[in-house]
Amino acid sequence: MVNGVDSDLLHWIPLLPLAAAIYHGVMIGLVRRQTPQTVVAAVSCGAVILAFVVSFMALLDLLDQPETSRLLVDNVYTWIGAGIGTSAISAELAFRLDPLSAVMILVVTGVGSLIHIYSIGYMDDDHRDDKGFQRFFCYLNLFTFSMLVLVLADNLVLMFLGWEGVGLCSYLLIGFWYSDSFNAYCGSKAFIVNRIGDFGFLIGLFLLFGALVEAGHPAVSFSGIEQHFSSIVDRTLTLPAWLPFGTEWRLVNVIGLCFFVGACGKSAQLPLYVWLPDAMAGPTPVSALIHAATMVTAGVYMVCRMSFLYAAAPEASAVIAWTGGITALFAATIAVTQTDIKKVLAYSTVSQLGYMFLAAGCGGFSAAVFHLGTHAFFKALLFLGAGAVILAMHHEQDMEKMGGLWSRLHATRWVFLIGVLAIAGVPGLSGFFSKDEILVAAYASHVPGHDWLYGIGLLTAGITSFYMFRLFFRVFLGDCRAPVATRDHITDPGGFVVKPLWVLAFFSVVGGYFGLPQVWGDLIEMENSNSLANFLAPVLTSTEAHHLDHSTEYGMALAAVGLAAAGAALAWLLYVKRPGLPDRLAKQMSGIHRTLLNKYYIDEIYDAVFVRPLVAFSDRVLFRTVDAGLIDGVAVNGTANTIRSLAANGLKYVHSGLTQTYVFMMLVGAVAIVMYLLP
Amino acid sequence: MGGIDEHLLTIITFFPLAVALGLMATSIIGSALGADGLPDSLWQAVALAGTTLTFLLSLYLYAAFDPLETGFQFTEHAPWIAQYGINYFIGIDGISLLLVVLTTFLMPIVLLAAWNDIKKSVKTYLFFMLALETGMLGAFVSLNLFQFYVFWEAMLIPMYFIIGIWGGARRIYAAMKFFLFTMVGSLLMLLALLVVYYLNFEQTGVLNFDYISAPGTAAVGLLDTVVSTDGVWWKSQTWLFFAFALAFAIKVPMFPLHTWLPDAHVEAPTSGSVVLAGVLLKMGTYGFLRFALPMFPVAAVAFTPWLMGLALVGIVYGSLVAMIQSDIKKLVAYSSVAHLGFVMLGMFALNVHGLNGSVLQMINHGLSTGALFLLVGMLYERRHTREISEFGGIAKPMPVFAALFGVVTMSSIGLPALNGFVGEFLILLGTFLVNPWAAVIATSGVVLAAAYMLWMYRRVMFGPVDNEENRGLMDLGMREKVVIVAMVLPIIWIGVYPNPLLRRIEPSVIELIRVVEARSGGADEDLASLTSSHSLSIAAPQGVSIRRSLQEQP
Repeated sequence: MVNGVDSDLLHWIPLLPLAAAIYHGVMIGLVRRQTPQTVVAAVSCGAVILAFVVSFMALLDLLDQPETSRLLVDNVYTWIGAGIGTSAISAELAFRLDPLSAVMILVVTGVGSLIHIYSIGYMDDDHRDDKGFQRFFCYLNLFTFSMLVLVLADNLVLMFLGWEGVGLCSYLLIGFWYSDSFNAYCGSKAFIVNRIGDFGFLIGLFLLFGALVEAGHPAVSFSGIEQHFSSIVDRTLTLPAWLPFGTEWRLVNVIGLCFFVGACGKSAQLPLYVWLPDAMAGPTPVSALIHAATMVTAGVYMVCRMSFLYAAAPEASAVIAWTGGITALFAATIAVTQTDIKKVLAYSTVSQLGYMFLAAGCGGFSAAVFHLGTHAFFKALLFLGAGAVILAMHHEQDMEKMGGLWSRLHATRWVFLIGVLAIAGVPGLSGFFSKDEILVAAYASHVPGHDWLYGIGLLTAGITSFYMFRLFFRVFLGDCRAPVATRDHITDPGGFVVKPLWVLAFFSVVGGYFGLPQVWGDLIEMENSNSLANFLAPVLTSTEAHHLDHSTEYGMALAAVGLAAAGAALAWLLYVKRPGLPDRLAKQMSGIHRTLLNKYYIDEIYDAVFVRPLVAFSDRVLFRTVDAGLIDGVAVNGTANTIRSLAANGLKYVHSGLTQTYVFMMLVGAVAIVMYLLP
Repeated sequence: MGGIDEHLLTIITFFPLAVALGLMATSIIGSALGADGLPDSLWQAVALAGTTLTFLLSLYLYAAFDPLETGFQFTEHAPWIAQYGINYFIGIDGISLLLVVLTTFLMPIVLLAAWNDIKKSVKTYLFFMLALETGMLGAFVSLNLFQFYVFWEAMLIPMYFIIGIWGGARRIYAAMKFFLFTMVGSLLMLLALLVVYYLNFEQTGVLNFDYISAPGTAAVGLLDTVVSTDGVWWKSQTWLFFAFALAFAIKVPMFPLHTWLPDAHVEAPTSGSVVLAGVLLKMGTYGFLRFALPMFPVAAVAFTPWLMGLALVGIVYGSLVAMIQSDIKKLVAYSSVAHLGFVMLGMFALNVHGLNGSVLQMINHGLSTGALFLLVGMLYERRHTREISEFGGIAKPMPVFAALFGVVTMSSIGLPALNGFVGEFLILLGTFLVNPWAAVIATSGVVLAAAYMLWMYRRVMFGPVDNEENRGLMDLGMREKVVIVAMVLPIIWIGVYPNPLLRRIEPSVIELIRVVEARSGGADEDLASLTSSHSLSIAAPQGVSIRRSLQEQP
């Protein structure tokens, strides 16, 4: 079924971090002697760096293959194999490396290595009473393992293992400082909201597998599904008439939407994004690795992995594009008012993920992957930079109490500025190219209302620039608003924290040139400048798009840069030039401001509409009325009481002694009936 | 086969009882001689050694079992009350093999876990536990229905006493409720059983309680009795299936017959809860699989929408009610209702995936819910309360406990790479292939499971240590660690590499589907289409197989 080249290299990539995680687990749980921090750090970082090296070797192997059929396969054993004939399922523990997963593992292990190193410095500073240096690295390694399984999985079931595995690690790491109930609450919320998404994933998987079974080609592996996809592409699904969606649906659309529900959960899109801002309760390196660079991009990755399906499902793709676009704008508006530095970055992540879905829904899969990569660099940089600021501020996250750090944080300030410039889309930096490609993809696509989507994307770019510069100005410029006591103790954190930032800053600058759009390549007379898109082309199904000439594209880029500049200028005006103005504006537009500050009250609405009614229903109706009242109260005890009153004295003597008599009587009765029945 | 293999199953089944009787004999001899008899701790050690040996023997059984064989293996047949067709007839297929191994695995763990838990009448307690093990094993291996019924009833008695003597405050109410619920069902089943026995006699002229034709006898097994689908009501499949199904559904328990379970679990001592959840509930699902389904297949198929419906209600209802419980043990008890709903759903999907998952999930539930009860028991031993609100921040004083509890929690909510996922996935897949909407509803149970388990886990384990009494709690000792780690190892193993189990389950499941299909006269096309076109390569049957007995039918 799988016709890639065998490789024994691939399973080592997830295995290395797993081994480190198991080592930590055993040391914590069974040995119970404190492992020296240097050993913990060496094992953890060593495993991930080694995984990066192996990934790189695998990439070289992959590049040796002919350009159109690059695929390495490592089949370890059959994980779940059941059934016979045309309904047999065979989910292998098998890994596949193709250009798409190659990009992903390099991002995961590359950015992952940097964040592991950063964590040595960050977690060393942990003085809480529920600290756990080794526990932290155990979870972090386990996460890296799960994420690598997710992206390397050769089939949907194994992908689901990684998918839930990263969810588990996210849960564990958000609630890492568990002595604070709020952190634990945020962790559980993330897991449960993700489970709602996983519900969609599973249904999509069943629909897809069921259709393939009916077509006579049961398959769960990606290559198998793609191979037999044509046999189910034209099928329709009849939904019952009472559902408000109409009755006749193309199956691929339904499957695509189901999987997208899963993607919405994992990648924090409307309406399931609510867990991501709360996920900031976790330690900052976690926010950088899991909730910015890698895990949250899993949904985007999955959509691109199934690009053959979405290319054949235009309606589902349109839903993805619109959900992504609206989420991008929606989250950006919330980010404008937040005062917690990590919350701003969290909503920014939601917004940027929206961009990626906007691209994927418009058929710009390689643009989505491109932005996924550049975003991993600059958002990890911003989060880690924010972590450095937080460390410097002695665990203060509120931007109201920062300000004026430019003169104090000499090592952090420049790299942070690079991150801000990159996400704002300053020409030449990575964010500019990837965002530009997404806007072009949206504009050129055939998705209904694509010009509106382009407009939304453009507007969001402006807002993004505004809130990022607002963040930067509030933190680094102006007067220092920190308490006088700490003001003199604000200094750059140590080398483990600062040095990874330089590497990320470097890639935030040059990352864009891996996928330089051809329109810019032509400008410098470079052929095939978009090496990323060319590399990915064999695994991503392309969809039809309008042709745009170069002048249009330059115009679009100019518009984006113009809006970004306007956003930056507005932020400068409001937060540097006229610092009293924002408060006055907020007072004048208090309704809007309060709605934004409270994130449109979405959490409160969910709580009131779903959570509380369900709990009340379970308690009052199901438990108290049905269980205790009807079944036990009326049916069981009622019958018992009736019999007891009927039997008056007979059952008064019911105690344990009767049991043997009971059984004995029953046997006697049984024998009596047998005797009666016999001739 | 030869040597020990010939009577291996008998040895495994009766070894625990033999240990119990042996220990009792020392007591009697001791008191006759005016001595004190053996000390409690020696009884405990002997019982532990005996059940461990039983487990090792059952591992040997597992290894010697031929997974390619569809029929029953390790069969033994001997006349007992031969004139009424009551024989000693035992044997196992892949399904009962795994349940036997699960039972023998849980017993030593439970005894080790209860080492300090049981303080009064330790000897009596051990006697009952050992007798209970033989009762449960006997029910799983019986191939004579009278004998099955004897074991089925016999295991009630020790369980009744275990709840009634060593239980909590409302133990008498709970024990009585448990006993009466089960008894009502059992009596109906007995009547139905006698009707089938009578029909068999009517058709063959030979009195026989054997399930299938035994080797060397001419008698036709009850499985091959022709039961009409219409005609006199009490002889029809509908009513006979109903009677069997009711008995088993109470035991499972299916909604709305489940209310004995939370009471029994809350009042039972930890070891009782573990055995109850781990093994006794499986009696119900096993009964459906082994007897109700193949004996009355037409009625079973006709009842399928109802049973699937009740299974779905059980999943959603059990999850929702579990969510609002304030007592951890009661929460786990209601989660059992939901989990067993999955088992029933997969079973009545009546296809290979659903049944595979169903059988596997029986094992999984025994492991994960058993482990949950053990963990809750360890908490109870320390604090003598199970109210969630009494706890909070337990992860701080008891980190190892919290970590192991976490693994078991994840197993219970079906996290991939742990055992629960494999079973649930196959069940949902099988269900989806026959009834997509049922699978959609059931999948929502997966979401709810995460909600109620994690909510409980968070309230118990995380947050500040508010309650002063929780501050100085001891983490798990070596004995407790051994107990839980022994449970966690198979949880991980099945999650990572379930194929050895699936390979043993599947042939039996395919055989079951084939029997159901053949005996319903191919009336159901869905069923026929599942098996007719493929055949499994099977080694030449060594023992007695259903296949052979069917071929002998005219």
